[in-house]
Amino acid sequence: MNLILFTFIVLLGFTSYYFGRRKAYTIQSTNKRLTALPQFYGYYLAIWCAIPAFIIFSLWAIFEPTIVKLLILSDYSNQGYLDDELNLIYEKTKALSRGQFTGEITPFIEASAEKYLSLRSIAQSSKVVIVLSAIIASVAYAYKRISSNSRTREPVEKFLNAVLFTASLAAILTTVGIVFSLIFQTIDFFKVIPLFDFVFGTHWYPAKAFVRDSSEALDPTMYSDTFGAVPIFAGTFFIAFIAMCVAIPIGLMSGIYLAEYASTKVRQYAKPLIEILAGIPTVVYGFFAALTVGPFLKELGTSMGLEVSAESALAAGGVMGIMIIPFISSLSDDVITSVPQSLRDGSYAMGATKSETIKRVIFPAALPGIVGSILLGVSRAIGETMIVVMASGLAANLTLNPLESTSTITAQIVVILIGDQAFGDPKTQAAFALGMSLFLVTLCLNIVALRVVKKYREKYE
Amino acid sequence: MNKNKEQLLNKRYKAEQRFRLYGQSAIFMALLFLTIFIFKIFSTGYSAFQKTWLIVPVTFDAELMMLDQNPSNEDLQDADYYDIALKSMADLDPNANEDQENELKRMVSYFFEKEIKNELLNDPNLIGKTKEVYLTASDDLDQVFKGNYPRDLPEDQRRVSDYQLKIFDQLVANGKVESKFNISFFTNADSREAELAGIASSFMGSIFSILVCLMIAFPVAVLAAIYLEEFAPKNRFTDFIEVNINNLAAVPSIVFGLLGLGVLLAIFQLPRSTPLVGGITLSLMTLPTIIIAARASLKAVPPSIREAALAMGASRMQTTMHHTVPLSMPGTLSGTIIGLAQALGETAPLILIGMVAFVNTIPGSPMDPAASLPVQIYIWAESAERGFVEKVSACIMVLLGFLITMNLFAQIIRHKFEKKWS
Repeated sequence: MNLILFTFIVLLGFTSYYFGRRKAYTIQSTNKRLTALPQFYGYYLAIWCAIPAFIIFSLWAIFEPTIVKLLILSDYSNQGYLDDELNLIYEKTKALSRGQFTGEITPFIEASAEKYLSLRSIAQSSKVVIVLSAIIASVAYAYKRISSNSRTREPVEKFLNAVLFTASLAAILTTVGIVFSLIFQTIDFFKVIPLFDFVFGTHWYPAKAFVRDSSEALDPTMYSDTFGAVPIFAGTFFIAFIAMCVAIPIGLMSGIYLAEYASTKVRQYAKPLIEILAGIPTVVYGFFAALTVGPFLKELGTSMGLEVSAESALAAGGVMGIMIIPFISSLSDDVITSVPQSLRDGSYAMGATKSETIKRVIFPAALPGIVGSILLGVSRAIGETMIVVMASGLAANLTLNPLESTSTITAQIVVILIGDQAFGDPKTQAAFALGMSLFLVTLCLNIVALRVVKKYREKYE
Repeated sequence: MNKNKEQLLNKRYKAEQRFRLYGQSAIFMALLFLTIFIFKIFSTGYSAFQKTWLIVPVTFDAELMMLDQNPSNEDLQDADYYDIALKSMADLDPNANEDQENELKRMVSYFFEKEIKNELLNDPNLIGKTKEVYLTASDDLDQVFKGNYPRDLPEDQRRVSDYQLKIFDQLVANGKVESKFNISFFTNADSREAELAGIASSFMGSIFSILVCLMIAFPVAVLAAIYLEEFAPKNRFTDFIEVNINNLAAVPSIVFGLLGLGVLLAIFQLPRSTPLVGGITLSLMTLPTIIIAARASLKAVPPSIREAALAMGASRMQTTMHHTVPLSMPGTLSGTIIGLAQALGETAPLILIGMVAFVNTIPGSPMDPAASLPVQIYIWAESAERGFVEKVSACIMVLLGFLITMNLFAQIIRHKFEKKWS
């Protein structure tokens, strides 16, 4: 129904465009000068068609459900129902009207459901009538208004500019959405679990937070020693550290080699090949780590008399390191290539060899950029999810032994939220609190890294 | 003195060679990882494209099927195929006792009844006759036939009994086991049984999510890029938007999953587990990537083009829409494809919005519950059954195939259509 209406409005838009342009041609045929190209007259009318439609549609979307709910529940007022009960009645009514109700049907609810359906259909048809009449009225008004000396290009362009501006707000809206979705759950979480226990507690067993009834849910003693995030934070940074131990030497050296030594031919093939590593989905790395690297390390460890867990931090961190190699190599390659040639020439003129030049001149000059690329790599390692979920353990051990299993922030979020979640349960809220800390940590890393890289770029550009 | 100098020089040259070697070995290591990686995936995955069939003689006994004389098509639909299916499996070994008959039944997929039914529906004249029918082998026998199953394990650690192996070997010796291209891997939805599981549902889920993502992210990102690059005044607010975009590009994907869960599902009450929600979540993730690519390609259009248009009396909007934006489109499009390829490989946010639910139907619209290819990889990788290992690798091959195609496509667009300004 809405789709048909929408198509019809789009057709109306085209028609108004056509009428606007025709009016422009008529004006032109009376030998008067137009103030804009004829199509602007058309756009002008089409905008006059689109704006009222958009406004009415959004108003409807906002107010229709509320008003229908009020009307339905007005039947139940003065009967001493609580708010929660009224909401339940409304939900039942809606379910029944969709034919998805699977409980005992009382005559009251049946009547409400009928009323609901009739209200909805009244709302639908009045929407159609109002939208169409509003469009026709506004287009007719605009059609009458345009004459030989009215301006059409300026309003059209202003409108387009407003649309462009609104689109650019999407990025801000997304950030706001992220903060918004995280912050309320996080605040609720810290109402029950003291911040101190979360940040300094050393036991993380969210499975223990099994709530039997709502009176227990808000009792803090239920959760002592349950949501201490130290093992998770430690695990996260530990795995990221292992990953960087693999990624930094290999990534940095390949970046240097590609920028300074490699012939154009080698560069042409090796660079895209290494970058393939960045394009492989992380779930594939996770599968690789769990199926191949984990068992391989375990066997290797056993043959050397070491006890290695099949889901060791080493396997997850190592594979994660491979994933991060291309980020570091491409970024440091870029950074090194943008170091001015004059610095190299000066060093060669003093008799330095190539490696000496790189180590003593180019590397210090490129250091800020390289540090920036490494920080971006760290931020990626901390936020990486699938490799850890699949290859590292899910139990939060507080350990610094790379052969044991540890867990990370991201893995715990997945573990808690996979399957059905009950909002309002401290366990679910804990996942959001973890997400919040993850967001904050990566935010800081990103801002610092981007700043460093930007400063560096400005220096040599 | 001179000798000392020479020694020092030699040392420096050696250091130079060493440094070079470090660089070469770093590249070698990176490429080695890539090779091992691809080799491992292909070597475990290629066998999933073959499927093992047992050729079993089936007697279409009208009495056992509860059919009357001259049955109508409807009667054939409703007939009882279980008994003849059981009987034909039991007949593989005339001396089998009851337990062994059960084991014989488990040599084929639980779908065998339906396969026999389809055979008869295709050719109703088979009633009363015997025909050799292809039945899907159970995933364990499938693995045995492909040589992936350790036959030398003690019997109690195997899911295939010695008896089943004996009968299976007889069948192989008689040429009654055949391996054919596994069409059902591409046409079936997910299943708990490895031999029947396919990627059709997750594939459609991926396609729908990507389409939703494209329809939202592409227009918004291009419009935003046009504003920021061509119209935005240089002020603090614009800077703020820019910082936001750069930062969003580096926010971990799982945070977007939390956004989808906390806003799209909890507040807007959109249906769980659907490609619609997945697509919206992914679009928020792809947005910064496309904006950055579109801005870069707008920036690459030389100012002379704009100046020429302005000099001819075009307004700024006309200059942008008629000249700058069309010239920047190849770069924008290839950036969009690369962003979509990233979104296609994304798993964690989709898990959080519930796209991990077991879906054994093929979704027909973005509003139906579905998985996606990477999530399917995750689901199968977590199952214990041996038959799923090769499926995971095969699914990875399909996914990588898609990603490579998309990236190639992006390259082609860039090289073929992008104007080089010198």
